[in-house]
Amino acid sequence: MFRISSVIGLVSVTVMTFVAQPAFAQTPNEVLASFKTAAAGEPNFQGFSAARGEQFFKAKHGKEWSCTSCHTDNPAAPGKHADTAKDIKPIAPSANAERFTDMAKVEKWFKRNCNDVLGRVCTPQEKGDVLSYLLTVKK
Amino acid sequence: MLKTYKKFPQVAVVAVLAMGVAVSVAQADDDGDDDARGAGRSESRGEGHSGKYGGEDRGKPVQPAKLNAKWKQECSNCHIAYSPGLLPAESWRKVMAGLDKHFGSDASLDAQENKEITAFLVDNASNRWHAPTAPLRITESAWFKSKHDSHEISPSVWKDPKVKSAANCQACHTTAESGDYSERNIKMPR
Repeated sequence: MFRISSVIGLVSVTVMTFVAQPAFAQTPNEVLASFKTAAAGEPNFQGFSAARGEQFFKAKHGKEWSCTSCHTDNPAAPGKHADTAKDIKPIAPSANAERFTDMAKVEKWFKRNCNDVLGRVCTPQEKGDVLSYLLTVKK
Repeated sequence: MLKTYKKFPQVAVVAVLAMGVAVSVAQADDDGDDDARGAGRSESRGEGHSGKYGGEDRGKPVQPAKLNAKWKQECSNCHIAYSPGLLPAESWRKVMAGLDKHFGSDASLDAQENKEITAFLVDNASNRWHAPTAPLRITESAWFKSKHDSHEISPSVWKDPKVKSAANCQACHTTAESGDYSERNIKMPR
């Protein structure tokens, strides 16, 4: 009887561990690597730059919003939607372990947000620069 | 009578537990206007023949007990996931067909996600909307305007930075995220 209950206990602990720590499909570095593969096809590609990414993140690009309009100047801090005031979790992986761990989600949001901020999709170079910057941001 | 009142907290707790929070929340509608369409009252109020709010009424319940996970996940990123019953089916079809330009933002979904969420919204759209209208904004519907007119809500409330936008239901409707817009859960920001 004792054995059975300890087996059940062990199993439930194992299950709860899986539930508590969802296995991420990708790591942010894997996402960055796939941007690099895509960018390598562009002429004159010379790698990503966190400094250029920061500049890109904080600048306006001809439209009303910049990335910081919702994500704030500090990517490790919670943001707020510029229109609806809905809370947005931090965008920097150091402050939010879920960020950049699902390629489909990453591409979905770059497409949407680049359209909102630039009126076009972002290039792999731009996406890689921004992610490089976000990976340097400490909590 | 007095005894019943004294027991009310216990009775209420038991009732809520028994019903399940989700069910009670989804069907909460304590604004006391359910009888308005009965016995010709709406006509005597001069509201015409198409029913309450000129036929632009939200559904009852405003949110079904059985929710769709994709709707919850995808529609709650930039605002709370608005309950399907707040608008008629045709409004949701239009909203979902124009997500790439969603009130100034790109909120596009892939085809499969769009199909699944549209079906959920249309299936659970307002069942009390009888007008041929289909506004894109919840705030443009007659029931919303009536419930939030200047007699009900002082204009200064809308200017409060904690409110910021009429899209921000949860600023006052503290349980809006679970589809509960009942009066008892309204708390004005201060």
